[in-house]
Amino acid sequence: MDGSQILQLVLSGLVTGSIYALVALGFTVIFKSTDAINFAQGEWVMAGGMIGAFLHVSFGLAPLLLVPIATAIVALLGLVSERLAIHPLRGPTPMMLTLITIAVAITTRAAIMLTLGKAPAGLPSFSGTENIVIAGATVQPQALWVFGITLLVMIGTHVFFQRSLLGRAMRAAAADREAAGLVGINVGRMAMWSFVIAAAIGAIAGLIITPLTLTSVNVGLMLGFKGFSAAMLGGLGNLHGALLGGLVLGLLESLSAGLLSSQFKDAVAFVVLLIVLFVKPAGLLGRASTERA
Amino acid sequence: MEAPVPSKGVSRNSYRTFAIVWALLLLFPVAAPNNFILNLGIAWFISLALAGSLNLLMGYAGQISLSHAAFYGLGAYASGVLSAKFGVSPWLGLCAALALTGIAAFLIGWPSLKLRGHYLAMATLGFNVIMSVLFVELRGLTGGPNGLVNVPSLSLFGYEIGADIRFYLFAWLVVGLMLLLILNLLDSRMGRALRALSTSELAAKANGINVHAVKLGVFVLSAMMAGVAGFLFVHLNNFASPETFDFAASVMLLVVVALGGTGTYWGPFLGALLHVALPEALRAFSDFEILVYGVSLVLVLLFFPGGLSGAFSQLRRLGRRRSAP
Repeated sequence: MDGSQILQLVLSGLVTGSIYALVALGFTVIFKSTDAINFAQGEWVMAGGMIGAFLHVSFGLAPLLLVPIATAIVALLGLVSERLAIHPLRGPTPMMLTLITIAVAITTRAAIMLTLGKAPAGLPSFSGTENIVIAGATVQPQALWVFGITLLVMIGTHVFFQRSLLGRAMRAAAADREAAGLVGINVGRMAMWSFVIAAAIGAIAGLIITPLTLTSVNVGLMLGFKGFSAAMLGGLGNLHGALLGGLVLGLLESLSAGLLSSQFKDAVAFVVLLIVLFVKPAGLLGRASTERA
Repeated sequence: MEAPVPSKGVSRNSYRTFAIVWALLLLFPVAAPNNFILNLGIAWFISLALAGSLNLLMGYAGQISLSHAAFYGLGAYASGVLSAKFGVSPWLGLCAALALTGIAAFLIGWPSLKLRGHYLAMATLGFNVIMSVLFVELRGLTGGPNGLVNVPSLSLFGYEIGADIRFYLFAWLVVGLMLLLILNLLDSRMGRALRALSTSELAAKANGINVHAVKLGVFVLSAMMAGVAGFLFVHLNNFASPETFDFAASVMLLVVVALGGTGTYWGPFLGALLHVALPEALRAFSDFEILVYGVSLVLVLLFFPGGLSGAFSQLRRLGRRRSAP
């Protein structure tokens, strides 16, 4: 195996890793505000891709035009899910919330399947189809879109949580519900926004990866648990950790598929992930404050 | 003054109710009109073994496991492969299933249960993925994606336990013993420790309970019980295939426990009933099946956070309040 082949593996690992990073980011946003593992995250990724493909086929929308529309639709889906299923819950515990997100995930998948069908769907590349060759490795233009948009979303989320009033209010509510309530923050409303944001991030991930891999109603569960793993790997609840965790998981998968065995790539990736977690439970970027039980 | 009855506690009543329920179940084969219905009864026993053991972990130790199906599968493949490929007696296969699931659960649980938070969820998710890959890719042993075939049926004293009333009675006995064990456990020192730590870990620790050991013990026990369920499954169907034991199946088991009622002894009985009956009842809806399933799950969790068994006691309390002056 020569250098260009390894570079090729690294590049494809970074593409999948970017998607995992975005899914992990969505997980992190909801985890911070509710402490729940959100099983619907992967379904929103699927919904983004499926709705995008539908808009493209039915209305002939250009890929770059349909990204904001499809993202808005899925964000609305997140909003409706939160208002109908999460918000009315009396005395929510993380366990209860986690279970109800499973129900939300099943319902979302069923709704997409019934409206948009079970067939795999695709999108054209956002621009150009001519591959770019870098040091002997081929890069599809869509891969550059994936990198660029992932980076934008990451920076955007960071700025949103650091600078904007809403973002800071959400952080306050996540840090201490009662204190946030006392200074006039509507804590329940903050949970709603976390669902909207997480759904939007998920949709973007689904939209940018669909030109490379196609999508179908069944991909959500797999993407969801890869994203959760990436979030844990980076340090659950840590935005930068989500990015790092996603990229590392993507690279692990791609390199173990290319260098060791493609059949066992998932197993290899998860064995490494478990070892990392057992050695450094707080995740790669987590602070050492993980409570010992 | 009477001591307050803990909500999740076990009373003498529970033993009596259990004995009555289990005795009545002996009548089911007589009432079942055909083999198909009888097999649903056997499926219910297996589902109950899975839900009951998972509930022990979820409801009492407050931990989410995302690999209950993998332990179920490990039990099934351990005994199935040994008997189908190596001609080992299924009874030795059962020992292997118990040992493997127990050791695997210990290795996963030891490091991850030391930490609070979603570590067990993460570690078990990883374990389920790894096991799924192994079930599919170790083709020489497991038959790969096509499944493991020609698994022999069980036989006891030269008497074959085929997939009919004989297997029903066998499952009745095995699962009955498992549920009795769970009941006993909840009634024991360990059960009280579990209830204490589900209320407050700190208080439990202050009272000298080794929280880590208790959680680990429950996790290993629940995994081994899932292994026994797998043993039943594989020798009932003479077949096993990887998708029965994948991550989605593990998530489904969480749903079954939640629907029945997390942390109640009778919850899994109802959850398992739904697990077996719903797919049959919803078949008429074809593609709408999943939608109905998802929406009803949302509704149950919203209006009856204690699941169906919680709904029953809610109704009973309501009735009592009405009748009291």
